[in-house]
Amino acid sequence: MTWPALVILALGTYAMKAAGPVVLGSRTLPDRIVALFGLLAVTLLAALVAVSTFADGGSLTLDARAVGVAAAAVAIRLGAPFVAVVVLAAATAAAVRALGG
Amino acid sequence: MRSAERRILRDGVAIGVAVGVIGASFGVLARTAGIDPVMACAMSALIFTGGSQFLAVTVVASGGGILAAVIGGLLLSARHIPFGLSLAPVLRGSLAKRLLSSQLVIDESTAFALSQPTAELGRRAFYTVGITLFCCWQAGTALGAFAGGAIGDPAGLGIDAAFPAGLLALMTPRLRHADARVAALTGAGLALAATPLLPAGAPILLSGLGVFAGLAVRRDGRR
Repeated sequence: MTWPALVILALGTYAMKAAGPVVLGSRTLPDRIVALFGLLAVTLLAALVAVSTFADGGSLTLDARAVGVAAAAVAIRLGAPFVAVVVLAAATAAAVRALGG
Repeated sequence: MRSAERRILRDGVAIGVAVGVIGASFGVLARTAGIDPVMACAMSALIFTGGSQFLAVTVVASGGGILAAVIGGLLLSARHIPFGLSLAPVLRGSLAKRLLSSQLVIDESTAFALSQPTAELGRRAFYTVGITLFCCWQAGTALGAFAGGAIGDPAGLGIDAAFPAGLLALMTPRLRHADARVAALTGAGLALAATPLLPAGAPILLSGLGVFAGLAVRRDGRR
């Protein structure tokens, strides 16, 4: 990593984060558009969850992570608080790894 | 209302602390990759999006070259454009305030803000998660980068499962609506199918097409 590379990556990322809030600003958007952007964001977040659970570089795998996230999904379903969900996911994945999974 | 605000504060702070541990993992990884601790901390403060930071460091560590690291990092960051668009109703205020708040636009703050029933609670959720997480991310990175050898690598603790699990927990309230559920599942399927074919980051962008499946459900529901 070099400083120029770091600055380019930082500026580029910031520009993408700021595009919406700066361009749309204080304008009031039609409800339909707001709902559409919300739906798009939720879709991308779901994809991010799926990829972070099943992707290992460029391939798909079923490993300790998936077991941890599955345990978390059950806990969410049962209404567990956020902290419990996250700790359970990490502990389950760690346990599966310790058992050689 | 009061209890909703208390819940946002409690969960928001919890998220920040949990993600701080991932920050420590990043610090350790950067140290292992031979990146100067000061530079690792600068990455966390200036880039402030875990995915791109991990990707850039991994690419450099595996000898992939600086250009590949930057392009990969930017591709993975591109999802923040729609995140920012979706947060526009939450991030009102002066231009200076919007410019400052933009740095806090990340996966967790977006997911938590969009899960709130009103824009006012969304704003509270955004800033609670954004500010707590920013502070914990910096502290975690510094701890990992400077004292990495002493604390060991927290990745062994199952941290890689904590990130998707936490994100899922944050966005779950939003998935109560059928259109969001269908869009999310379609998008997740598309991203997984594209993972072996496209470079990291691109499958996430492609998943946006799942929105059309969600819109079809919404139209069906109205009929």
